[in-house]
Amino acid sequence: MTPRTLFEKVWDAHVVHRFPEGPALLYVDLHLVHEVTSPQAFAGLRQAGRRVRRPELTVATVDHNVPTGDRALPIEDAVAARQLDALAENARDFGVELFDLQSPNQGIVHVIGPELGLTQPGMVIVCGDSHTSTHGAFGALALGIGTSEVEHVLATQCLVWSKPRTMEARVTGAPLPGVTAKDLILALIGRIGTAGATGHVIEYTGDAIRALSMEQRMTVCNMSIEAGARAGMIGPDDTTFAYLAGRPRAPTGAAWTHAVEAWQELRTDPGAAYDSRVTLDAAGVAPQVTWGTSPGMVTDITGSVPDPADFPSEDERRAAARALEYMGLAPGTSLAGLPIDRVFLGSCTNARIEDLRAAARVVRGRRVAAGVRALVVPGSQQVRAQAEREGLDRVFREAGFEWRNAGCSMCLGMNADILKSGERCASTSNRNFEGRQGRGGRTHLMSPPMAAAAAVAGRLVDVREWAWEREGELAAS
Amino acid sequence: MIEPFVRHTGAVAALPRADVDTDQIIPKQFLKRVERTGFGPALFSDWRFRPDGSLNPEFELNQPEAEGATILLTGANFGCGSSREHAVWALREYGFRAILAPSFADIFYANCCQNGVLAVRLRPEEIAEVLRRHAAAGGDYRLSIDLETQRVDDGRGFAAAFPIEAYRKEMLLHGLDEIGRTLLEEERIAAFERGTRNVERGTEGRISVPRSDFRVPRLGEGS
Repeated sequence: MTPRTLFEKVWDAHVVHRFPEGPALLYVDLHLVHEVTSPQAFAGLRQAGRRVRRPELTVATVDHNVPTGDRALPIEDAVAARQLDALAENARDFGVELFDLQSPNQGIVHVIGPELGLTQPGMVIVCGDSHTSTHGAFGALALGIGTSEVEHVLATQCLVWSKPRTMEARVTGAPLPGVTAKDLILALIGRIGTAGATGHVIEYTGDAIRALSMEQRMTVCNMSIEAGARAGMIGPDDTTFAYLAGRPRAPTGAAWTHAVEAWQELRTDPGAAYDSRVTLDAAGVAPQVTWGTSPGMVTDITGSVPDPADFPSEDERRAAARALEYMGLAPGTSLAGLPIDRVFLGSCTNARIEDLRAAARVVRGRRVAAGVRALVVPGSQQVRAQAEREGLDRVFREAGFEWRNAGCSMCLGMNADILKSGERCASTSNRNFEGRQGRGGRTHLMSPPMAAAAAVAGRLVDVREWAWEREGELAAS
Repeated sequence: MIEPFVRHTGAVAALPRADVDTDQIIPKQFLKRVERTGFGPALFSDWRFRPDGSLNPEFELNQPEAEGATILLTGANFGCGSSREHAVWALREYGFRAILAPSFADIFYANCCQNGVLAVRLRPEEIAEVLRRHAAAGGDYRLSIDLETQRVDDGRGFAAAFPIEAYRKEMLLHGLDEIGRTLLEEERIAAFERGTRNVERGTEGRISVPRSDFRVPRLGEGS
């Protein structure tokens, strides 16, 4: 048999039919649904008199527009409330399970899928959200789809997709202390560009990837879309199985044994060919910070804002100049030391328990700088509860952070959590587009420890020096 | 019913920027509607309007010559970022039937096909040439796009061919309902659902996880 990549194995196992005109009809194992991209899809089903083909393979939650304040209060935004009501009604009418605002399992769709054990290796997973690539960390083929495709999957349990090309992103070596999975993926996007993997599915390989925890792998796969790839994957291994074991929706007993046996085959065969390859030396990566309005506009925290004139093409020069104007930055400005107004610890990229722990380690016993407003929005109510069991909420609250309920929150600012025009934010989210966190808001993407250190310092700092300073302080006291 | 796209001639508006993301095409504050309509007025809202709600006279689509344009000419990686189909609904409702760019983000491209909007990929040098001609004509510039022959022509000496997958082409030419089309494969889907239950490991390249036995068990249930 021809050696195959991980992607090809999962793809081949799900092809229902190959249309003579090109694409394949691909079977979907898990369809995740949220309130913003689904109402028109359900309306379409109603109009055509169609049902949801496999409601038991469909799971819904609310995350994008939900308030993160007191859950006992009514929702102030009437339009958002209508969208939440619509999902509740659709879930009820079509027999789809829903984790609503009152559920202890509510959370960002890409946090709760893995957390509940719904996300499993070898599956095809779709959701009307581009960060569905997150679930690829388990060796699933997981991709974001539009609302028409959501309707298509609801009605047929299949997706029409033309076979994408494959890209291997091999990350080798050990990252230095203070360097996280977020820095690795930002560095990779900086290298290949935001369209570097368009038309591809990325498979992340190499010892640096193998050494990552599941949550760190999710951070990496999450941002595949920021490199243009609809999906990113990592072959499942013992780390994956250990994470899944005992999760509420994971198989148990004989089914578990059988599943693990099958999952172990989900690896790229020796000699299998990728359409393209890129490599990254993790040991050479410094903590990353974005300076512009696209995730590819990123550099080391030790670096400075580039001069648009130094870019090779006219398109890039124009884009960089525009970005600097929007960001209120002058070429040559050091990134370290840049004063900030807001800090956002959250999003499907970096709001899992390990992210909160890493940020809390930096914050413990310190105070958020005067004039800085800092927000922690756990990725799910389960993450929130776990953090509270560990006392992390106290660490954050005592430092002056606001401790919120789960949702997408300021990652995209659909709810009340937004930046004011001109405010500069250190954010653990995934997109620094113009206006993403609020019109005129200026976003700098970074890792949770970097954002936490920025909150305390009131400016962007190199967390590696920060840790050193702190040790020195402790030794002196 | 999707409006078929066979051929179209119209005025061109130029937005010569790379990496225009869907957050710009339709900012998030407009995503709360539960309908497919009503997004046109919010197209490029943060660029078209100043914070006080007045028109931004500097934005390309607010130039007098861009009025009534049905073809958008833009830069590489158009439609990157969020999967929001609202971006395509907004472009269509605003009046655009086709978008010309050197490249498109994958999800956006798929969303265009679902809504009868033709995303035309031309070579970077061809886009540059069309941009040059658009500017030279003072913005008074029209293009004809023929999907059957897969050609773009300005009637003044510029013509180029563009690629499109046969499946997408059929869909657009006939305004096909993709769900209806897929449901014609019902027997195959049902057979797949039955067949995966007993697939032996290694046969037909399938993995042995019993896919159709997979249920999302309710919490508290064993599986």
